[in-house]
Amino acid sequence: MCTLEKRGQLFLLKLAGDGEHRLNPTLLDSITSAITQIRSDPSSSQSVLITTSDGKFFSNGYDLALADSDPSLRVVMDSKLRSLVADLISLPMPTIAAVTGHASAAGFVLAMSHDYVLMRRDRGFLYMSELDIELVIPPWFAAMIRMKIGSPAARRDVMLTAEKVTAERGLEMGIVDSSYGSAAETVEGAVKLGEELVRRGVDGHVYGGMREALLKQVLHTIGSNESVSNRMRNSGSKLYVLKNSVIGETVIKHLNKEQEGNAENFKFCTGYGGIGGILRYQLDMTAFDEDMDVYDDESD
Amino acid sequence: MCTLEKRGDLFLLTLTGDDEHRFHPDTISSVLSLLEQAKSQSTRGSVLITTAHGKFFSNGFDLAWAQAAGSQTGAVNRMHQMVESFKPVIGALFDLPMPTIAALNGHAAASGLMFALSHDYVFMRNDRGVLYMSEVDLGLPLPDYFAAMFAAKIGTSIARRELLLSGKKIKGEEAVALGIVDSAAHDSVEGVVDATVSLGQSLAAKKWNGEVYASIRKSLYPGLCAMLSLTAKIAASP
Repeated sequence: MCTLEKRGQLFLLKLAGDGEHRLNPTLLDSITSAITQIRSDPSSSQSVLITTSDGKFFSNGYDLALADSDPSLRVVMDSKLRSLVADLISLPMPTIAAVTGHASAAGFVLAMSHDYVLMRRDRGFLYMSELDIELVIPPWFAAMIRMKIGSPAARRDVMLTAEKVTAERGLEMGIVDSSYGSAAETVEGAVKLGEELVRRGVDGHVYGGMREALLKQVLHTIGSNESVSNRMRNSGSKLYVLKNSVIGETVIKHLNKEQEGNAENFKFCTGYGGIGGILRYQLDMTAFDEDMDVYDDESD
Repeated sequence: MCTLEKRGDLFLLTLTGDDEHRFHPDTISSVLSLLEQAKSQSTRGSVLITTAHGKFFSNGFDLAWAQAAGSQTGAVNRMHQMVESFKPVIGALFDLPMPTIAALNGHAAASGLMFALSHDYVFMRNDRGVLYMSEVDLGLPLPDYFAAMFAAKIGTSIARRELLLSGKKIKGEEAVALGIVDSAAHDSVEGVVDATVSLGQSLAAKKWNGEVYASIRKSLYPGLCAMLSLTAKIAASP
């Protein structure tokens, strides 16, 4: 699924094996648990995370075949990825995506959720495939794209032309920070960058807080869940953003009425050690419907 | 005034005649009805190309018509009427279930530039025609949805300042450099139209689902679309 290695102060998270690394619930859980492990490492606030993969793919997105066989898993995968990305955004250390293969749709979003994107230029592309496979793009994906891609034309090329973005184009568009001649060189480049960042000696907690402030708009949209708001309201589920103030982990969770009342459910945040989740705030989704100004999306 | 033609997959919307193609209540409602027509006839692979005849793409609202009201209040009311009734035209373009391309034959000013920018791709000539937001020179305030369009479609504060605050008349080459248009590599009307037809055909070949396309377009510009009262129909993904 995914492996976690420590090299000095560098955490190397690898999506393992030769497959497409589709973001199904199992892989998402595996990555999340690796991140939790990283957080609980005592030297985590002086470290750097590098995420990479084996094989031809960084990640080819959600497991659509699985979603076809069980539509309820769509919400599960979306929810788990939101949680994971929120967790990455609050992670108390710089993050580097060493993109050594194709990154499509949710896989592209996962790559963009890192502070630095390094990519091989001999092969592979970044691709928002949704238009080509007749899926709409969730608002929180669009929010990440608006945050990470600066030019309106480039955003349009990515979302509305469904361009297969090579490393070279990625550099032009400002999505990719640097490009390399092969997969191995990309990882090497990530390690070099990681070591340089470690040498700078930045306080990871301060860093994580700054990143959260910078990506505030994205976090808001991740938490708002308009895409399934109707279904959620009908089913009586509510969305909670929980933050463990001890280890700083941010998790987004759907809970229905029965689950809310049950204190057990606040223990789901791994790393709590059974203490229970600390409720940060409950998101009232109707507020997001009425007041679009909350997003202030058109500011840059 | 304006015509809608079909050439294979391509819808060609043309502002006809050699005048300034000013947006007046009649033009506004004609354009709106042609956009509605294109929407109702759209299929997979449809693409819209908008162009005009003569020296102007469009020189903005019909200020002479506003002034012909005879009184200050009358003029203000007529301006207000044009600003409000133009909003649905912009909305219709953002809602259109197909890729849209503007082929600028000539000058695009004020609401004429807004009209151009409402398209997904904008091509202009390098030999003729400027982009110009005349409001600052005319002493007219900017409607809220105009400002939102600039924030959404023009990426740098320098480009926005040049257009909105400096009142600069921007030619093709500079427009490309500022990231306002996609291409200005054409030195004739035929050149720019041919280039847009070529792009149109390559987009048409993707045979995209128009409803999905429009939904993705709206999620690309959520602030502006909220102002235009457009909501993206969102189905849960994946």
